[in-house]
Amino acid sequence: MNGNTIIFYMLAALAMVSGLLAVTSRQIFRAAVFLLFSLIGVAGLYFWMEYNFIAAVQIVVYVGGITVLIIFSIFLTQQAGELLPKQKAGRQLMAALAAFCGFALVLLQVLQHNFKITVQQPAPDMTAIGTQMMGIDEWGYALPFEVISILLLAALVGCIVIALPAPKEEAGAGI
Amino acid sequence: MQPGLYHILFISTALFFIGVYGFLSRRNLITMLMGIELVLNSVNINFIAFNKYLWPGRMDGLFFTLFVIAIAAAEAAVAIAIIINLYRSHQSIDVEEAEALKY
Repeated sequence: MNGNTIIFYMLAALAMVSGLLAVTSRQIFRAAVFLLFSLIGVAGLYFWMEYNFIAAVQIVVYVGGITVLIIFSIFLTQQAGELLPKQKAGRQLMAALAAFCGFALVLLQVLQHNFKITVQQPAPDMTAIGTQMMGIDEWGYALPFEVISILLLAALVGCIVIALPAPKEEAGAGI
Repeated sequence: MQPGLYHILFISTALFFIGVYGFLSRRNLITMLMGIELVLNSVNINFIAFNKYLWPGRMDGLFFTLFVIAIAAAEAAVAIAIIINLYRSHQSIDVEEAEALKY
C-alpha cells in the first residue's frame, strides 16, 4: 500500500461517490456541484495514468466549460431554494434495478475476459500528440480534426438559431 | 495490490451505470443531461485505460478521447439551448410537461 495506490483509491472514491450524489441529490444546484467534483476526480484519474494533456483538456472543457454552462442554465430555469419533485418510488426502483443489472452484467464480462496487458511505456509527450493530430500520413488525425471543427461550427450556429427569440407573429396578417 | 486495468474498468463501469440511473430516475432535463455527461466520462476513462494498458506506444485512444470531449461539449451546448428555449415557451423543463409534440 504505497502512496500511488492510496491516491488512486482516493480519486476513485471521489469520482464515484460524488457521481452518485450528483444523480441522487434533490437540490439541483448541489447536484451540479457534485457533478463538478466527479469530473475533477476523473481528471485526477487521467493525471494518475500520466495522460497529462487529456487531464488538462478534461479540466478546461468539462470542469471549466460544461459545468459552468449547466450552472448557468440552472440559474435561468429554476426557482431558488426549490427542491426537485419527488419521483414515484416505482420509477426509482426500476431505474435502480436496470442500472444494477447492467452493472453486474458488464462487470461480469469484464472480469471474465483476460486482457493481455503489455509492457508499460511512458505516456506520449505533447510533441508527438501535436504531430500526429495534424499528420496526414497513415496514423494522422487531420481529417477527423477538420470534421470536428465543422461539427463545432454547426453546433455554434445551431445554438444561436435555437436561442433566438421567436419572431413576433402579426395578428391577422393573412399570408 | 497495485491498481491496474481492472480497477479502472470497475470505476468506469460504475460511473456509466450511475449515469444511466440518473438518466432513468430523473424527470428534469438538466439533471438528465448530467447523467449523460457521467456516461460520456466513463467512456473516456475506458479509452484512456485501454490505450495505456493494451495499446502502449500509440495514441489512438487519446485522440478518440479528445474527439469525444469535443462532441460532448457541442452536445451540451445544443442541449442547453434547447432546454432554455423550452423553458421560455412552457415555463418548465420537466419532460412530463414537454408533450406538445406528442398528440
